[in-house]
Amino acid sequence: MDASITTEQPARAAPAHRLDSVSLAIAGSGGSGVMTAGTWLLDAAARSGLYGLMVRTSGPQIRGGEAAALLRLGTAQLESLDDAFDVLLAIDWQNVHRFADEIPLRADGLLVCDADAGEVPEVFRATGAKVIALPLKKMAKAHPGSWINMLALGITGTLAGLAIEPLEDAVRAGWKRDGEVLQANLRALRAGAEAVAAHALVQRPPAPPSQRRWLLSGNEAAGFGALRGGVRFVAAYPITPATELLEWMAPALAQAGGCLLQAEDELASINMIIGASFGGVPSLTATAGPGLALMTEGIGLAVAAEVPIVVVDVMRGGPSTGIPAKSEQSDLSFAVGGLHGDAPRLVLAPTSISDCAATTQWAVELAEALQAPAIVLSDQFMGQSRAIVAAPELPPPAARRLLAEPHAPDYKRYRDTPSGVSPMAIPGAPGTTYTADGLEHTEAAIPSSQARDHARQLDKRLRKLTGHDYGARWADIEGDGPLAVITFGSASGPVHEAARRAAAQGVPLKRVTLRLLAPLEPELLAQALAGVERVMVVEQNHGAQLLRYLRGIADLPHPHSFHKPGPLPLRPAEICAALVEWAARQEQTA
Amino acid sequence: MNDMCQPPALAAAAEPFAARDYKSDYKPIWCPGCGDYTVLNSVTRALSIVQRPPHEVAVVSGIGCSSRIPAYTACYGFHGVHGRALAAATGLKVARPDLTVLVASGDGDGYSIGGNHFLHACRRNVDLTYIVMDNHVYGMTKGQPSPTTEPDWDSKLSPGGTGVRSFHPLVIALASGANFVARCFSGDQNTTAEIIAAGIRHPGFSFIEILSPCVTFRPEQRGWKDLVHPASVAPTDDPARAAKRIMTDDGFNIGILYAGHRAPYGGGPVPATRTPEEIGEEFAL
Repeated sequence: MDASITTEQPARAAPAHRLDSVSLAIAGSGGSGVMTAGTWLLDAAARSGLYGLMVRTSGPQIRGGEAAALLRLGTAQLESLDDAFDVLLAIDWQNVHRFADEIPLRADGLLVCDADAGEVPEVFRATGAKVIALPLKKMAKAHPGSWINMLALGITGTLAGLAIEPLEDAVRAGWKRDGEVLQANLRALRAGAEAVAAHALVQRPPAPPSQRRWLLSGNEAAGFGALRGGVRFVAAYPITPATELLEWMAPALAQAGGCLLQAEDELASINMIIGASFGGVPSLTATAGPGLALMTEGIGLAVAAEVPIVVVDVMRGGPSTGIPAKSEQSDLSFAVGGLHGDAPRLVLAPTSISDCAATTQWAVELAEALQAPAIVLSDQFMGQSRAIVAAPELPPPAARRLLAEPHAPDYKRYRDTPSGVSPMAIPGAPGTTYTADGLEHTEAAIPSSQARDHARQLDKRLRKLTGHDYGARWADIEGDGPLAVITFGSASGPVHEAARRAAAQGVPLKRVTLRLLAPLEPELLAQALAGVERVMVVEQNHGAQLLRYLRGIADLPHPHSFHKPGPLPLRPAEICAALVEWAARQEQTA
Repeated sequence: MNDMCQPPALAAAAEPFAARDYKSDYKPIWCPGCGDYTVLNSVTRALSIVQRPPHEVAVVSGIGCSSRIPAYTACYGFHGVHGRALAAATGLKVARPDLTVLVASGDGDGYSIGGNHFLHACRRNVDLTYIVMDNHVYGMTKGQPSPTTEPDWDSKLSPGGTGVRSFHPLVIALASGANFVARCFSGDQNTTAEIIAAGIRHPGFSFIEILSPCVTFRPEQRGWKDLVHPASVAPTDDPARAAKRIMTDDGFNIGILYAGHRAPYGGGPVPATRTPEEIGEEFAL
């Protein structure tokens, strides 16, 4: 009996593009379990041999309010959300209309909702998507002890073409304890699956994957990269959206022989990791924009005292406390320029959720090798999204700090060496005691206000960063042609997808995805742009921060900017349209 | 085998360290007559009492006259930024529990800009020895009121006084959970050295307030030498009793005023049980 389905239309075969990926959103009021349903749906997709991505979004609050899990599942690795959604499942309508911009529904999409939850908001009705109104609450009540979100899981999983077994396995794995409640929820899951079986968007079973796959979030990947890089001390203050990195690291550090300390504030965090690293232990903190602002004095201290540290900044909408749980790339200017004095520092940006591991590991290695602070620019999109990815090929850990020999004759902590890197003595080592100093100092670490000492130490601190051979990892350079697109961080995924689509439309592009943002040497940028006639810079902020930064380093050929602030994610289609239009417009004027 | 594994402590015992072994060759920048000279002497004396080799000791500081102490010792030193010495020292000691870590501060650095860290260092109870040279004035920036300055003290920045009551560091330390609380006078080097040594040996967070006159901006503090007197009763391990005594004394009562039994901070590194690669396998499908 299927009277609950309000439409009489027969199930349609899914359009071909849906077989590559299908996009689903599960929304509801906070506490309705949408994140759990989304997480287990991603797990079921993983068990089905698929790749996928789940992005979290919520209202201005961190707890309560409204929440949505945005998923895209496919047969190849995905680095970006799609332009629109095939399915929106709304457990209730409590403020869910606020997600209308974030969850654009395809005109031929499906909107699943509770028949007894009131009218479908006009903003969703206007999309033209087919409404499937089911008595969700009543169906859950038919299985006492079950959660309504398990119905949602059965429904969305079935619409995405997943079999019931991986969905059940995901629930069992997530529930952990067997018992009547689990059984009730499994019954609810099956009821949801059966209710929409005729509407499944994907009919073809996925091919088994050819590679080893991992399931993890960008924050977890960054934490893992840090651990591999050698980090064994973390001090931090909780802040959205960086906290999960710390929550992953706390037990992992203990297993790896390190420790995590929750500091009283960000000022304490940054100084604690400087103290620990002064003691010879590679150290890290993770924060978001407001915390990074508080840490800048300490980062400057790490520059002056030449103490290696890593700060992972999981960016969110700014300024001030801004939009805590949504993404933006607007801390870039602050990261590359936000310290007082001439303060050379390393700034890196992972190019994908998976790359959070390798780039954070590299950041630790560079900080240690160059005795300097490294800032890793992740963001909410990367950090809080979970993804099924190909298991990353990580380079063997290579963190090395240049240490002083015990009893080194005439030891000078800040000796001006050709590379600018001076051997560092670690407390406990005999015969090389010195006092690290944030005041300008002589080579022997004695405070000095003399012009010659200042100039020499400034030169040394800059030279050790600019003179280092960073190899080919500073940027991923792909494709060729007279048109180039430059991007960084989580904008990279949508840009890559947009560039592939543009190429299919006859607009080939060179793609420069920056991984090392500072120091960024003009020669390297010039080499990357050799033969390029025009360049477009794509980023997610209001001020075109990357474009302005790059123009301060090198003369970009006919620069053009595509930039918009968060919190709406960058969509491949809008970038592709901008690229195609830009290419055509310039051709006409040429 | 045993000969090769001889612990460093035995080697140190064969040739004891003198106070001068903990002093560096650098000449202090302090004004003539500054109380901090004798605090430096007391610190190096205390280290010779404890007999920890200089390279196994780290002295951490923030900014201000008092915070210049690390460079004047022959230990490892860290001269950081204003108010953050306790944070840097906490990170160092938690990551490297094998080191002896002293923290040197002043009333402006420690109680004003560093006030929050002071509260949390007391309650966290990491095994640090926190020495605050208190002269009731900002000396390095030339004579502004600090948190311990009397409300009616006249200065260029606060003509006629701030009108703000003075901070009471000892009681605040007690209320926040410090495990050892003492008051010293810089002019009494022997007692100060003994108390610092006792603080180093006492597990957990030891807070030692040292009255250290600023003869440049508070010349009347020369008179402190006539006001200080030893505490008339033995130290207590009852924080309520210690707080009552300190609240009602004349502010010049010198000695160990409280020595508690709280277990020091329990965090810190533990032996590794898994490699990062093994931990990463948890992500594998």
